[in-house]
This record gives sequence, structure tokens and C-alpha cells, in this order.
Amino acid sequence: MSQSTSAASVHNSDQALKRLKARKSAESRFRFFGIGAIFAAVLMLGWLLNSIVGTGYTAFYQHYMTIDVELTESIVDPDGVRDPDELRKANFRKIMQEAIYARFPEVTDRKEKIALFKVISASGATDQARQMVYQNPSLVGETLTLSVPTSDDVDQLLKGYIDRNAPEARRKVTDQQIAWVDALKATGEIKSKFNWTFFTATDSRDPELAGIAGAVVGSLMALFVAFVVSVPVGVGAAVYLEEFAPQNRFTDFVEININNLAAVPSIVFGLLGLAVFLNFFGMPRSAPLVGGLVLALMTLPTIIIATRSALRAVSPSIVDGALSLGASHTQAVFHHKVPLAAPGILTGSIIGIAQALGETAPLLMIGMVAFVTEIPSTLTEPASALPVQIFLWSDSAERAWAERTSAAIIVLLTVLITMNAVAIFLRNKLERRW
Amino acid sequence: MMSLNTQSDEEPMARFKPVGEVINMSEKREETIAVQPKFQCRDVRVFYGDNEALHGIDIEVAKTGVTALIGPSGCGKSTFLRVFNRMNDTIPTARVTGEVLMDGENIYAKHVDPVLLRARVGMVFQKPNPFPKSIYDNVAYGPRIHGLATTNDELDAIVEKSLKRAGLWNEVKDRLKDPGTGLSGGQQQRLVIARAIAVNPEVILMDEPASALDPIATAKLEELIDELKEKYCIVIVTHSMAQAARVSQKTAFFHLGYLVEYDETQAIFTNPKDQRTQDYITGRTG
Amino acid sequence: MTLVLTALILATIAAAFFFGRHLAVARTGAAVSASFSDRAHSLPAYHGYFAAWSVGLAAFVAVAVGWLLRDKIEPSVIAVLILATIGLGFAFSYRKIGPRFRARNIVEGFVKAVLLLCSGVAVLTTLGIVLSLVFESFRFFEQVPIFDFLTGLQWSPQTALREDQAGQSGAFGAVPIFTGTFMIMLVAMFVAAPIGLLIAIYLSEYASKRTRALVKPMIEILAGVPTVVYGFFALLTVGPTIRGFAESLGFGVPTQSAIAAGSVMGVMIIPFISSLSDDVINAVPQTLRDGSYALGATKSETMTKVIFPAALPGIIGALLLAVSRAVGETMIVVMAAGRAANLTGNPFEAVTTVTVQIVSLLTGDQEFDSPKTLAAFALGLVLFVITLALNVVALLIVRKYRERYE
Repeated sequence: MSQSTSAASVHNSDQALKRLKARKSAESRFRFFGIGAIFAAVLMLGWLLNSIVGTGYTAFYQHYMTIDVELTESIVDPDGVRDPDELRKANFRKIMQEAIYARFPEVTDRKEKIALFKVISASGATDQARQMVYQNPSLVGETLTLSVPTSDDVDQLLKGYIDRNAPEARRKVTDQQIAWVDALKATGEIKSKFNWTFFTATDSRDPELAGIAGAVVGSLMALFVAFVVSVPVGVGAAVYLEEFAPQNRFTDFVEININNLAAVPSIVFGLLGLAVFLNFFGMPRSAPLVGGLVLALMTLPTIIIATRSALRAVSPSIVDGALSLGASHTQAVFHHKVPLAAPGILTGSIIGIAQALGETAPLLMIGMVAFVTEIPSTLTEPASALPVQIFLWSDSAERAWAERTSAAIIVLLTVLITMNAVAIFLRNKLERRW
Repeated sequence: MMSLNTQSDEEPMARFKPVGEVINMSEKREETIAVQPKFQCRDVRVFYGDNEALHGIDIEVAKTGVTALIGPSGCGKSTFLRVFNRMNDTIPTARVTGEVLMDGENIYAKHVDPVLLRARVGMVFQKPNPFPKSIYDNVAYGPRIHGLATTNDELDAIVEKSLKRAGLWNEVKDRLKDPGTGLSGGQQQRLVIARAIAVNPEVILMDEPASALDPIATAKLEELIDELKEKYCIVIVTHSMAQAARVSQKTAFFHLGYLVEYDETQAIFTNPKDQRTQDYITGRTG
Repeated sequence: MTLVLTALILATIAAAFFFGRHLAVARTGAAVSASFSDRAHSLPAYHGYFAAWSVGLAAFVAVAVGWLLRDKIEPSVIAVLILATIGLGFAFSYRKIGPRFRARNIVEGFVKAVLLLCSGVAVLTTLGIVLSLVFESFRFFEQVPIFDFLTGLQWSPQTALREDQAGQSGAFGAVPIFTGTFMIMLVAMFVAAPIGLLIAIYLSEYASKRTRALVKPMIEILAGVPTVVYGFFALLTVGPTIRGFAESLGFGVPTQSAIAAGSVMGVMIIPFISSLSDDVINAVPQTLRDGSYALGATKSETMTKVIFPAALPGIIGALLLAVSRAVGETMIVVMAAGRAANLTGNPFEAVTTVTVQIVSLLTGDQEFDSPKTLAAFALGLVLFVITLALNVVALLIVRKYRERYE
């Protein structure tokens, strides 16, 4: 009796209650730190997404100028032969210059004329006229109405990224150019349209003409190679290790190997590709084939580990059931275990390939950083990849490039999130629990 | 200490702030029951999600002595044990309704702090669970968090006293700095009892404390329970009817979430009133 | 040409399959319904697979030999050779197939061999990495002494390109690179370790199911963001923000600095640490929590005094893996840390790392055998050895820790 009551007093004394209060506030402090940490991480994610989307969304539209272009025969085809190959070499720059001078006849000063021509994208407009004439030589001598991209500075001005109040000397567009652009905007000759160029064009020196198509195709090719190589090899290796491998030193060695390979920095895989694929086997530089092989080796551990855990999740009773019916071990594994593990294998493969899509460093090592202006059509042609394109563009300081870099990131993140969402969806939909 | 003792011996309720009705009821009961019970449970139900695991349990547990809870697996005896120190609070889906009065105060009342309650109601688990610390630190953990010792000497004294009371002192006094996880199973179980005693509880709950022990360690543990019952209110869950018969004074038989029978241990084992109890103790069910 | 040849061979293999299966059916007749002892050992399809494997293997060997000898022998001879070998494959199957022939066992043996080869790829990859790094590094150390490389205080590979300076000591002293790598790793861990651990603790011990379901995917998004995106974020937003903040306090800080790259890298590593620690904390047995709560401990007391010490080895392992990840990370530092090899202890200056130097040495046009490119492999070897050591130690610690609770 005396023990129990004195004990009660120990825990109910004023001192103990005071202490309890202090302990309780320590508890809430600790809790607060935890919430703070989560808040900090989510805040960083929000900041990142906000900064990328905020910078990038304007790249999805662009300003175009509608302009009447007279294809003067004396400039385009002085000899009058209408040979497409000769026509292609003609001075279309002059044609475009004349066209825009005709729109502002009051501009006569040579310096002012140069400034006026800078309102439109010189190479963008010239290429457009050239292509039309090349494809249809009968257009020579006629007047066409073209919609040509404005120069990147004008585009940025109209998107509100150039401060009109800044002193003229520290501004990329002159007061005069602003006046012209405002006039054209007021008459509706300059309009903003959806920027299809960004999705259909390849890399370019001019931001207003640059697009991600080349890089996307390069990425798809490399991923195709990576998928075709790493999934069968990875699944095969996992099935062997999980089902057939004897318990010996070699198996242990392979297991340790795979675990360590999963943690090797990606750039080291790039060095491997450079030394082995390019220098030893003499494969072509910058090719999606080599990029894909390097990504495949990098993805291999991910797929092996995912497949093994999927196989392990299948109830052993399934295999026992098959064996008891007289199936061989191989039959039991391939008829029952692998099909039942397929959803897990699929999910792991998608996640592995999604990782490969975001990889940049190993591709730099094997030369997929080239300035490629054509969409690659075979696996051995020089190509870029989407993350590498992002890296290349990020180097340029102009606002227009930052905008396009961010837009390319938005595309990349959208694809990645979609892939992961599909993986999670498939896992939830197909997963079977024992 | 002296003054507290004398005061409490005469009037145990005086330390608690009056809670109206409840106090009066318990005072009335005092006339009929010779000793004021430690716990009075009224219509206690435990839910896991929507599933009712215990159906309206009414029981009184004496201030000292051993009360055994027996019954087949899944009958709710362990769930009921965890009602006394509100360990069910740590399971997110669990919910307890009804009243559990400890010395007349409802431990499920809003203002009751489970942290304080658990300092007064110790618990020993099925599998010995010493912390991965030294033997000394295992026992000192409770006194440290509750601030029971102001100096190192006091702490040393508490640790020694608790280990002595748990009958472990002689075996470990020379290696108090060794990890508690290095002891044998029986020693570990006595270590966690020492750990519980060190907090100075009024009640010790034991959840099948001997199920992981060999017969010799079990015998030692039962000896210890026998000594402790003089000073503490002990509630023990066991699936060994022999153990219940050996160590307890009162036995409660649970079946499918119902309290079927509660009586003197002697009476339960020699003259059960309910057919289900009879079936169980004679080995026909369970 | 290659395409046509491949298609032809594939067609031949398919034909071999049907040939083998047909033959098996013809030779065993209605054996399927006969008593057990009379029955054919393997199903007809296995005979088909056997024939396909035999022919395929023969064709593969013949084509490989033909390709190796393509400059020495007439193409027509090679074609005949290939056809003859394929014919041999068919003949071999023809002789073997019959009711007593154990086609299934042989086919299964083939399958296992192929699977074994698949797991051999992982070993070959490691071997390839080690050999190429060691071989190229060896060539580098022939020109630049290894001691100078590991202890030299000056790194300027560009000047070393000049004929008269090649291999001169001082130009390839990697110490500033190592210190830069170390500093950025420290900044990253300074950000990631506390935040990652606290998130793991909160999610495993405090958060309700709903909070977990909401927060976990968000943290996983952080893990899924490609590093090039983090690099651009550091360059575009974080670097200028830090510079602006420092300027408002009166300091000059470059946009590319150890602090900008390191802190963004820290954000990248947060999910890595939090998910690994979450696993480790969850592996601590529930009985320890119950034991502590039953003594009247609060959640934070249980966490800091029981669970955390119990999980400490595992958490140290997780942190080591995170360090290895930070050391090997490339794109963030390439874009946001700078390229100048400054030997400095000030995180507000631009520093360079091992990975940055590998990239800058190997991008652009250059001769492959110059010390400049070979230096990249020497740096790669250092990187590989360090990350490997960190991983091995971390995995050992984690494994030991797991054993304790199993």
C-alpha cells in the first residue's frame, strides 16, 4: 500500500507536473521541426516548378509578322530560267529587305533601314521565302503574303521582358524599333501565335527558329536502344540470379557487382562508353546507338533489382504447385512465376527507362553534345538528346534562350511525370498480393 | 514521505481532485468491498476500425495481488490489458469507449495524459524488448525521462534498487555497462521488469511474459511475480492455465471478446460456472 | 544488306522450329496417349526449339567466322560456308530427334546458359569500367607522376596542352578539385541531412496516413527531377538569388558558387536520405516503441532516445550513400559550380569538382591521347574508387544493422 501511494505522489507532484509541461513543449517543438522540414522540401519543389514554368510558358507562343513580299524577277531569277537549284541560291535576303522597306517607305536612312530589318527574323523570313520558291518556281514575279517570325528581341519586347523605360543604350531594341513594332501590333500585322516551330524544328543559332524535334527524336532512338538491350538482359539476369544460380562464390560476386553498379556515378558509364564503344570498337561518335548502349548498361541494375523483388513477391506456393504436377523447374518459372511477376517487371522497366531519359552526363562523354540541325534518321547519325539540348541552351545568356530552355524542361518533366504515373497506375492495376 | 504515507493509508482518494459523481459512487462501493479496487471498468468496448473486438467489459481489479486474464487466442485478453495503460492509443485505428476508473478517476477522460498514466501503469511485453543500450541505461531510461533522480547517486540507487527487486542485481552488478540485448531471454525479461519498476509504478501489466522463456526462467519469473504482488497491482495475460493457477488470486476468462467469468482463481479452476469456461480449462476448446 | 541477311537467318530458324516439331510428331506418332513408359520424353514443341537452337547457333557461328574473314575470302565462298553450316544444324537435329531424345532438358540447358550470359553482362560492365579507367589512367601517369597528380596544388590543364609544358608538374595538381568536391558535398549534406532525416522521422512516427499519402509522392517528385533541371534551376534562380542577397548585405558573390550548387544538390539528395532513413526507422521493431511508450515516454523522447540510437548505424549507412551520390553528381555542378580550380575554403566562391573537370576535359575537340583527355580518366578512376569505397562501407553497415533485427 505505502509503495503504491508514494509512487502516485512522485508522478503527481507539482514538480512532476511542471516537468511534464516542459516535456510536452519539447514534444511540440520536435513535431514542429518535422513539419518545417517537410514544408521546406515542398517549398523548394514549388520554387523550382514555379521558376521553370514561369520562365518557360511564354516560349509556347511567339510573335509573327504578316508581310507582303514581292518576288521581283530581277533579283530572284535574273536569267529567267526558273531552275529550282539556281533559284535556291538567289538573294532572298534582299527580297525580304525590300518587302519590309516597302511597308515603311518613310524610312530612308541606311542605319535606320538596318534597324528596321532587324524587326523580323532575318534567316527565318529568308528561309521561308526560299523554300516556297524552290518548291514552286512559278511564284517568281508574284506578290505573296507571308507570316514570318519576328526577331527574338522583338518577341521578347512584346512578351514584356524588355523594359521600355530603360535608357535606350542599355536596351536591345531602339526607341524607333519600338515605335515600328507598336504600329504593326496596332494594325494587327504582328500577332502572337502558337509556337509550332518549337516542336517541329531542330536546334538553331537563332532562338526564334530553334526547336526540340531533333533532340526528341535523338532521345527516342537512344531510349529505344536502351530498352531493347536492358530489359531482356536485365530480366534474364534477374531470373537467373533469383531462380537458377547456385549458391557459390561466383553468384555472390555477381550480386555484389550489381549492387555496386547501381551506385556508380552516371558519368563513369560515360567514360566506359568513350573508352570501350568509341575508342576500342570504333563506333561512331554522337550516335544514338552508342548513347542507348551506355544508358542500357546504366539502367541494367535498376531493372535487375526491380525484377528480382517482383519475382520474390510471387508466392512460392505457385511454383510448388507447378512442380507437384510434374513441371520442370524451368517450366514452373517461365509458365508461372515470370508471368505473375510481369507487372512488377514492367513497372521497374518503365521507371528505369524514365531515369535514362533524364540522364545527361554520360551522353556528354560520348559526344552527343554536337550542334545538330537535322532530325537524325538512323541510329548511327550524329544526334542530340532532350536533356543535352537543355544543357546546351542553358549556356546562352539571352532571355529568349532561357525561355526555350525552360520550355524544353517543361516538356521533359511532363513526359517523365507521365511515364511514372503510368508505372504507378500499372502497378496498382495489375499488382496481385499474396 | 512519511506524511504522505500516513495520509494515503487512511484516505487514498484525498489526493485526487473530486470528480463529482464518480467519487461518491466509489465511496459507496467502499462499504460493500473491503478494499478499494485499483481499477473499475464499466462497459469497456474496443474497436479496430469498425470491428468491435471487446464487447462491454465490466470488471474490478484489486489494489494488490495478481489478476490473470485467460482465454483462447484472439479472445481479446491482450487488447483488454492494453486498455489499462492506454497503449491502444498508439494504434491509429483503435478506439476505446466506456469508463476505466483508476482509483476512481476515469483514465479515458479528456484531461488525462497517457504519458503520465503510463508512468503509473508499467507494462511488460510478450517478447523481452530491452533497448539496444547498456543494462544500466535501460533501467535508468524511465527515471531520466520522468526526472525521478536529481543526482547521479540517486539514479544509481534507483537502478540498484530496481534490479534487486527484479532479482537480477547479483547477475549483472559487475557488467552494468554491457548491452542489455546480450542477456539471456529470462534475464532480459527480468531486466524489462526492473525497467518498469524503476519508474515507480502502481500497477504492472504483463502480456504473456513467459511465452518466450524456458521452464527454468519461467519459474524464476513466477517467483518474482509472487514477491511483487505484495506491493503492486499486477494484471497478467497468460495462455498457460497452470501459470494462471500458480500466480494469480483472481482470474478472468475471456471468450470471443466477452468477459465470460471473473472470480477467485480457486473457484474458476475448481468450480467454473459457465460451460465455456469449463470447456476451456478442461481442454475441450482453445 | 545486313537487314536482309538477318531476316533470312531468322526465317531459317523459324523453319527449323517447324521442321523439328513436325519430325517429332511423325516419329513418335500417337505416343502421347500411350502408357507412361512408352511416351516420348519431350513434347514436340521442345524438339522444335531444339532444332531452332541448333540451326541458330550454327548460323551465328558461321556468320561470325564469315565476318571475321570477310577481307580474305570471296563472298560467294562465305555464303556457301554459311549455308553448309546451317545444313549441318538441320542434319544434326534430324539425327537426334526421336521419342527417347531428351529435347526438353537440352533446351532448358540452353535457356539457362543464355540467362547466365545475361548476368555476365553486369560483371562485364564492371570489368569494362575498371579496365578502361585503369588502363587510361596508367597512360596518364606515365606522363604526369601520380604523386604530383594527387598532391599538386595547381590545376590548369589548358596550359599543359602546349608542347613545352606537357607533363610539367603543377599543371595537373588535383588537390583544388578534391577540396572543391568536398566542399560542395559538405554544403549539400548540410542542407539534405537534417531535412531528410526530419522528414523521415515525421513521416514514420507522426504523420497520419493521409499526410503520408500526400507528402510522399511530392518528395518522390523531387527524386525524379533530372539533374540537368536542377542545374538549370541553380543557374537561373538560386545562384542569382544568393548573389542578390549577398549584395544587399554588401558582399560580392559570383552567380556560380559552391553554395548555390551545393544547396541545390542538397535539395536533390533530400528524398534519397528521407526514403532510406524511413526504411531504417521502420525496421526498428515495434516492441522497442511499445517498451518506451509503456514507461511513459513521449513520442519525441522515444524517437531521440530509443529509436534514433537503435537506427543510427542504418542512418549512417544512408548518409554515406548520400555522400557518394553527391560526390558523383555531375550536371548540377557543371552548370552551377564553375570551372576555375580555386583552392579555397570559402563556399561563396566558385569552385570546381572532379565531375566538372571530367566534363570540361572531354567535351570539345581534342586528341584522345593528349594528357588532357587522359587526365579525365585519372579523375574518373579517383571518383570510381571513392564512390565504390563509400558504397561498400555503407552496404556493410546497413547489412550488419539489418541482421541485428532479424
